[in-house]
Amino acid sequence: MVDVALQGGTVQVAVQMDRAKVLQRLRLGDAAFRQITRAAAIVVLVILGGIIVSLVYGAWPALRTFGVGFLFEESWNPVTERFGAIAPIYGTVVTSLIAMLIAVPVGLFIALFLTELCPMWLRRPIGIAIELLAGIPSIIYGIWGLFVFAPFLQQYVQPFLIAAFGNIPVLSTLFEGPPYGIGILTAGLILAIMVLPFITSISRDVFEAVPPVLKEAAYGLGCTTWEVARYVVLPYTRVGVIGGVMLGLGRALGETMAVTFVIGNAHRISGSIMAPGTTISATIANEFTEAVGDLYTSALIELGLILFLITFIVLACARLMLMRLNARIGV
Amino acid sequence: MKHWTAVAAAGFIATAAYLPANAADISGAGATFPYPIYAKWADAYKKETGNGLNYQSIGSGGGIKQIKAKTVTFGASDAPLSGKDLDESGLAQFPMVMGGIVPVVNLEGIKANELVIDGPTLAKIFLGDIKKWDDAALKKLNPDVKLPSQAIAIVHRSDGSGTTFNFAYYLADVSPDWKSKVGVNTSVQWPAGIGAKGNEGVANNVANTKGSVGYVEYAYAQQNKLTYTKMINKAGKTVTPTSEAFQAAAANADWKSQPGYGVILANQPGDKSWPMTAATWILVYKQPSNAAATGEALKFFAWAYKNGAKMAEELHYVPMPANVVKDIDNYWKSEIKDAGGKPLF
Repeated sequence: MVDVALQGGTVQVAVQMDRAKVLQRLRLGDAAFRQITRAAAIVVLVILGGIIVSLVYGAWPALRTFGVGFLFEESWNPVTERFGAIAPIYGTVVTSLIAMLIAVPVGLFIALFLTELCPMWLRRPIGIAIELLAGIPSIIYGIWGLFVFAPFLQQYVQPFLIAAFGNIPVLSTLFEGPPYGIGILTAGLILAIMVLPFITSISRDVFEAVPPVLKEAAYGLGCTTWEVARYVVLPYTRVGVIGGVMLGLGRALGETMAVTFVIGNAHRISGSIMAPGTTISATIANEFTEAVGDLYTSALIELGLILFLITFIVLACARLMLMRLNARIGV
Repeated sequence: MKHWTAVAAAGFIATAAYLPANAADISGAGATFPYPIYAKWADAYKKETGNGLNYQSIGSGGGIKQIKAKTVTFGASDAPLSGKDLDESGLAQFPMVMGGIVPVVNLEGIKANELVIDGPTLAKIFLGDIKKWDDAALKKLNPDVKLPSQAIAIVHRSDGSGTTFNFAYYLADVSPDWKSKVGVNTSVQWPAGIGAKGNEGVANNVANTKGSVGYVEYAYAQQNKLTYTKMINKAGKTVTPTSEAFQAAAANADWKSQPGYGVILANQPGDKSWPMTAATWILVYKQPSNAAATGEALKFFAWAYKNGAKMAEELHYVPMPANVVKDIDNYWKSEIKDAGGKPLF
């Protein structure tokens, strides 16, 4: 003790120096951490910029040759090198639309059932099944779609649809033609199955985050389960739900392999959703390997650029919609 | 844990042992159609000589790009380069192996080789001009077959392919309408029908769709037990798709008429010739910068011509006829040389 007391002064100095050193080290560590995270964030911007630049560069010959007309031309003729993007754009939009029309309500219902109504013992099996559905690679969906789902549609569903809507003015055009089994409708249905798990699992997670006190208060006021879901759960979780829907839509727009197998790959626009069509990503996947000639390759790259823009516009619209919603409610 | 370490170590040693051999491998890239037979030949060749082949089946267009960029020793293409293109790039070109393209149908009660189709009728079907199976043109060709009054569902390739190139080339050769309306390329603007990815996609769609017609490589028709048809050839004779019929087309072709043997085997003369036969080509530099590598590649090709015929037939490919191989041999000796002007083979 005496020793320590005698050397007290020097010890204190040493401790202070240590402290300064440690602080210095912590500061350095913090600065390094900030730089590293910032660099990681910047890498994303650089990659994104790089993709845009290389897409525009690759698409330049096609952009210069066809101009804006590329967007409205239906012909896709590698022999005469006349290319237009309207058929693939139409196919991409329509298949995604069909997918979302089915997957959004079904996905939300599943999520509501799981969080509000499902008995405890059933929650895990259904939850795991949905996550497994999300984990299936798209090529499996494609092969299953071609070998199992398309023949099933061809034999049972499509003849029924043709017969059922044959005499109704608008619907008869929509469900017209020979039942090939593959086509826009089949692609849309496969996409619906593929995006369903995204919408469901994200919605379920955000539904679970709704404070029980809100729901209990609503129930206490005499609300039905539907009213609680409609007026409490959905408004409270709209940001998360819309996020999940957008993630699903993003996958539907860009999905390649499964669609290529079942869409019929015809560069045509027809009124019937049972007719074969094509999407942007399916066209690129089909034709890029054997595309000979600069203009042909370039037209395919321009298709990629268009898909990029479509995805961008969709995301921007989602943001805008969210901002409006928030402004209206005043959050 | 110990077990895993041992496995990892074994894997590492195996990789390390493999790498030096890999460095001496013959490298090539291109067409997907001959990939199975090139892989099989490469396997047998490696067992015999210890030299491997690294072939990337990235597509004919990719193969041409790669050999022009000199990243590979040889390129492979289902569509031949023109004489002008060969001269400009200093490439030599020769056919390696062939395949037959057959029309396949799915009609109730009709078996393989029962239906007969000729070129102009086939073109009309794929143009969408003939819409039903009991069309007068088909009835005339098949007086003894009971054809149903069923709509024809057309199935074609959706991906760019050498099969489509050869099929379209044949249709353009026999039908002026096809030539002016559709033309010839690895993928074309189809007037009708649905597109399926790859030979297997077309085979599956035809198998599933009643009243359908498509075109596939002979091997796929065999493996999927599809109903293929007979054809009427240039000589006006009815022929059955067989290895002999494909080889007859190759033997009767005038290979010298095009630079680099760039003859499309569609619609060749001869009583026994199958009208839709297709070759696939190899591209190497006439004066390669790495002469040793090209020499090794030529050795492999010579070995494949000599010993690979049986393997090719097992996979339903068609080996090159002997007279053509002999000619190619001379072509190598006179055309492919090292920097000092010495033949590489």
